[in-house]
Amino acid sequence: MNEFAAQHPLLVVVLPKVVILLFVLLTALAYLTWFERKVVAHIQSRWGPYRVGPHGLLQPLADGVKFLFKEDVTPAGADKFAYFLAPFLAMSLAITSIAVIPFGPKGLTIFGQPTPTGITNLNIGLLILFAITSMGVYGVALAGWSSNSKYPLLGGLRSSAQMISYELALTMSVVGVILMAGTFNLSEIVNSQQGFHWGFVPRWNLIGSPMPQILGFFLFFTAAVAETNRAPFDLAEAESELVAGFHTEYASFKFAMFFMAEYASMITVSCLATILFFGGWLSPLPQTALFAWSHYIPAAAFGIAGLALIAHGVRYITVFGRIVLPVMGAALFGLGVLFGLPAVIEFVQGPFWFLLKVGIFLFIYVWVRGTLPRFRYDQLMNFGWKLLLPLSILNVVITSLAIVLTQP
Amino acid sequence: MVPTSYFLVLSAVLFGLGVIAFIFKRNILTIFMSIELMLNAVNLAFVSFSRLLGQLQGQVFVFFVIVVAAAEAAVGLAIIILIHRNRGTLDVENVDSLKD
Amino acid sequence: MMTPQIAVFLVLAAVTVAGAVSLILQRHPIHSALSLIVVMVALAGLYLLQGAEFVAAVQIIVYAGAIMVLFVFVIMLLNAGEEERTNVSRLARYVGVPLGIVFLVEVAYWIGRATAHLGSAPPEMVSTRDLSSLLFREYVFPFELTSFLILIALLGALVLARREDSD
Repeated sequence: MNEFAAQHPLLVVVLPKVVILLFVLLTALAYLTWFERKVVAHIQSRWGPYRVGPHGLLQPLADGVKFLFKEDVTPAGADKFAYFLAPFLAMSLAITSIAVIPFGPKGLTIFGQPTPTGITNLNIGLLILFAITSMGVYGVALAGWSSNSKYPLLGGLRSSAQMISYELALTMSVVGVILMAGTFNLSEIVNSQQGFHWGFVPRWNLIGSPMPQILGFFLFFTAAVAETNRAPFDLAEAESELVAGFHTEYASFKFAMFFMAEYASMITVSCLATILFFGGWLSPLPQTALFAWSHYIPAAAFGIAGLALIAHGVRYITVFGRIVLPVMGAALFGLGVLFGLPAVIEFVQGPFWFLLKVGIFLFIYVWVRGTLPRFRYDQLMNFGWKLLLPLSILNVVITSLAIVLTQP
Repeated sequence: MVPTSYFLVLSAVLFGLGVIAFIFKRNILTIFMSIELMLNAVNLAFVSFSRLLGQLQGQVFVFFVIVVAAAEAAVGLAIIILIHRNRGTLDVENVDSLKD
Repeated sequence: MMTPQIAVFLVLAAVTVAGAVSLILQRHPIHSALSLIVVMVALAGLYLLQGAEFVAAVQIIVYAGAIMVLFVFVIMLLNAGEEERTNVSRLARYVGVPLGIVFLVEVAYWIGRATAHLGSAPPEMVSTRDLSSLLFREYVFPFELTSFLILIALLGALVLARREDSD
């Protein structure tokens, strides 16, 4: 088997990685919709999805089935080619961008073949991400134009203008991080953030030396929310004025693809924020003898979550829930036990902290959506060009000054 | 590795296609796009020679070409919008008031 | 001899040429723009094949992601329709076009012949660090000049596209 793997690394190592990551990502996308609806519902004192499965856990599945069986309408006078191309472009670009994200420090070894955690580890990973993001405008613009309808056209024009404007601020805001790390490679950017101030405060870029990138982070996150067309910058799909923006005329699975693209880019942006400013897979606790217990945090977290789910599940209202929830709890508990094993414990550290940080960012995304009202269009443009862009340039200047002055 | 001559042939073909598009198209926007195509063909030649000679100057020059193309696109598209606003057409054959 | 690199080159070259031909044949400006985007992305792949990774990324970010977006944007804004075919005479259609194609193939062939002795470049990636130190040390003056050019172009575009009645 090892020889076969050495001869066909593409088939044995890369392809399974791609398939597994794609499967996990698509499931995560589906459950992100559930997560968002639940969180927004609780912010607004509602319950959110509750009917389909225990706590609405089967809601994404029901939605998926509904999307598949809806009639797929093509509007009269639509430009067929562009109309079909737009959702595919949007989704494939959004999903491709996950390929350069590193999830953990250690390379895997599959059948004797060393390979990075994540699909690839490129020297220009960050630039590739920005390249893919910059192509994402076409999905929106083409969808708006090809529908041959006025609301999509207005929505498409609005959001492509918005995406171009905020892309500048987005790119400029990470220049500080690049200057401090001295590389475009995402793994090396994370590795440059190792170490602790005074032994316990992590030297993540957010609070790193010589110049803490706090300003850079807030600029990045604001621009990223706008870039992904999310509330409070979701002018493209301002329901009250534009019906649904650029995807008004889309139905069925093509509509679902736009949704998946939006959620996939949310995940990518959260990963990027984690990598660039929050130390990626690095643990927030120092890896010293005093903190040796911190290695058991993943195991403990999963174990406690599993036990809590079992305790809650056995008292659930429906019979189905009383069966499913404890089983899920037991599975989580089992994972917790697995993560405590000496063979696995080192490997899960990186991905655990990484995914935890990404999850926090996704929560902030939803939180922001549930809290802030939508911008007006002129406010949005003014905000992007007159506030974010100058501030991000200021951040570049300050950071480079700090680096030059602190250099021996 | 791929011989440099392959890249140069491709560059020449792309440039030729750009010239053909420039001559045949009537829409100002597409004519403008064919100029971009020619610039791209030249960039390909620059990168190939830069690789062949082991010098980075060629790639630096590609940056300048891209910057100039961006500036050109900004001004050119503004002019196109102006033409459309004043004459209501994008067809170059209808923009002929100097003839009269 | 068919190495993987040559296979990749041939595929990308076929895509670029097909995109360029499609740019000519498409009648709707937005389809032409899409063809040109395909050409640009494939060219970025060719730059990667030659180890120019930073140029490849810039090609996509600036050319395909900014300049062409501007084109698409203007096409959408002006609602540009399909263009009419150029009225070419029969002589031009049956003699001129084939002759032009023959000429193009001829030029390509002779360039290939004349440069065949150059061989292939060594396969190494160009580090972004080297490129940037060249750009910001030796070529810093042209670099600053281009930023002025961009500024002037920005102002020019602003003045040109502004409506007169807006002030």
